[in-house]
Amino acid sequence: MNEFDYTAPATVEEAVAQLGTGARVLAGGTDLIVQMREGRRQVGHVVDLKRIAELTEVASTPDGGVAIGAALNVTALSAHPAMAAYPALVESGRMIGSYQIQNRASIGGNVCNAAPSADAVPALICLGARAVVAGPGGRRDEPVEALFAGPGRTTLGPRDVLVSLRLPPAAKRSAAAYLRFTPRREMDIAVAGVGAWLRLDERGAVAEARLTLAAVGPTPIRAAQAERLLIGEKPSAKLVAEAAALAARDARPISDTRGSAEYRRELVKTLAARAVAACCARLGNPLETA
Amino acid sequence: MKALRPFTINGEEIELALDTRDTLLELLRDRAGLTGSKEGCGNGNCGACTVLVDGAPVNACIMLAVEAVGRKIVTIEGVAANGKLDRVQQALIDLGGTQCGYCTPGVVLSATALLERNPNPTEIEIRHALAGNLCRCTGYDKIVEAVVAAAARVGA
Ligand SMILES: Cc1cc2nc3c(=O)[nH]c(=O)nc-3n(C[C@H](O)[C@H](O)[C@H](O)COP(=O)(O)OP(=O)(O)OC[C@H]3O[C@@H](n4cnc5c(N)ncnc54)[C@H](O)[C@@H]3O)c2cc1C
Repeated sequence: MNEFDYTAPATVEEAVAQLGTGARVLAGGTDLIVQMREGRRQVGHVVDLKRIAELTEVASTPDGGVAIGAALNVTALSAHPAMAAYPALVESGRMIGSYQIQNRASIGGNVCNAAPSADAVPALICLGARAVVAGPGGRRDEPVEALFAGPGRTTLGPRDVLVSLRLPPAAKRSAAAYLRFTPRREMDIAVAGVGAWLRLDERGAVAEARLTLAAVGPTPIRAAQAERLLIGEKPSAKLVAEAAALAARDARPISDTRGSAEYRRELVKTLAARAVAACCARLGNPLETA
Repeated sequence: MKALRPFTINGEEIELALDTRDTLLELLRDRAGLTGSKEGCGNGNCGACTVLVDGAPVNACIMLAVEAVGRKIVTIEGVAANGKLDRVQQALIDLGGTQCGYCTPGVVLSATALLERNPNPTEIEIRHALAGNLCRCTGYDKIVEAVVAAAARVGA
């Protein structure tokens, strides 16, 4: 690694003040340190966020939701009692690497590294997460899905710090799920992943639906046609299969060593159907399988 | 730039000359002379460098040493008490859960941390806890059997 300065500020404002040309924030380092060691990223100043209380805690928000500190590691996050209301996000976090990796890796780092295969991102988007960002001009908040600009690229400025990920309270009659396909059961990167979220109305018809596709485009993709098809209907195996076929059409996969574009599209179809079915099962309305 | 910084390694407080660029693994091996922790892949996949930081297994090859200042580090050298092997180490020997030995320090630390948080793990939980420790010799079954046996030897 090249020489760099290291600081560990105690507040978000100090961190923002320390950022600038050549500086990079450090959360768990499971992406950043690997990239620095492999010479893929030159960093002149590492700003460690883990001494900042707000970035390493789960706080409840006035609306009854939670604010997840961007640098909190996945192990601590999964164990936090407030996260029991968001099982899909906990499960997604626990797909990231091994115990060793999860003891370091943060959800904020997963978002900001912006890998199309990032496992925590579909669940965040499906759960309606918003990103609280601090920069030289103060704080702002925007939907998580607005942060992605391309593989490895976010819309954050060089002096912006992702402070927290805010989840609204889990709505009544709602459930989410994230499923991915990897050739190995552990320690592997998604060839394709699909997150789903459904909210049912009192009759059991879909009032709102979100489907997010991972690793099949430069950024996460919302499968808007599939979402529209589901809304207003009571979920059935037939409807879910049709929605899954539409989701596969929204995928924009590439062919690489992990899989061909055609294979990825097939995976999206299968995973989308299973993810929606998993939501239905969580809602106590398991789909009848044909 | 090098500076003396305090570390707590295997219960001992020690000042070490630290270069900001040092990984925790480099600090342990090259500055503290504790060569039990190994470097395999160098990118967080193989787990040969696994050590405990405040009780949690981490890959020392992708953690900066400066991040560990003031925290409790346990390496394989700190596992046996007064020359007596700990139950995971003994079970690995008894059941043939080690061959070339390169992955063994990391396996011991991952398994020790598992038994610490979950004294009665299922086989699935053991395999899950060891997912980040690759072994090219044993085929894993004997390692898993050893951890099952170690869990049964509570207090031994
Ligand atoms: C062996 C191994 C296995 C892995 N397996 C998986 C897997 O299965 N699934 C998966 O999705 N990922 C996987 N990863 C990738 C990585 O672990 C995750 O992306 C992780 O969530 C990154 O979090 P981190 O805290 O370590 O981020 P860091 O490495 O600290 O940061 C990542 C990037 O985001 C920036 N950043 C971090 N936090 C902020 C912030 N608050 N504000 C602004 N910018 C920020 C950093 O500057 C850096 O560019 C794996 C990595 C390894 C080494």
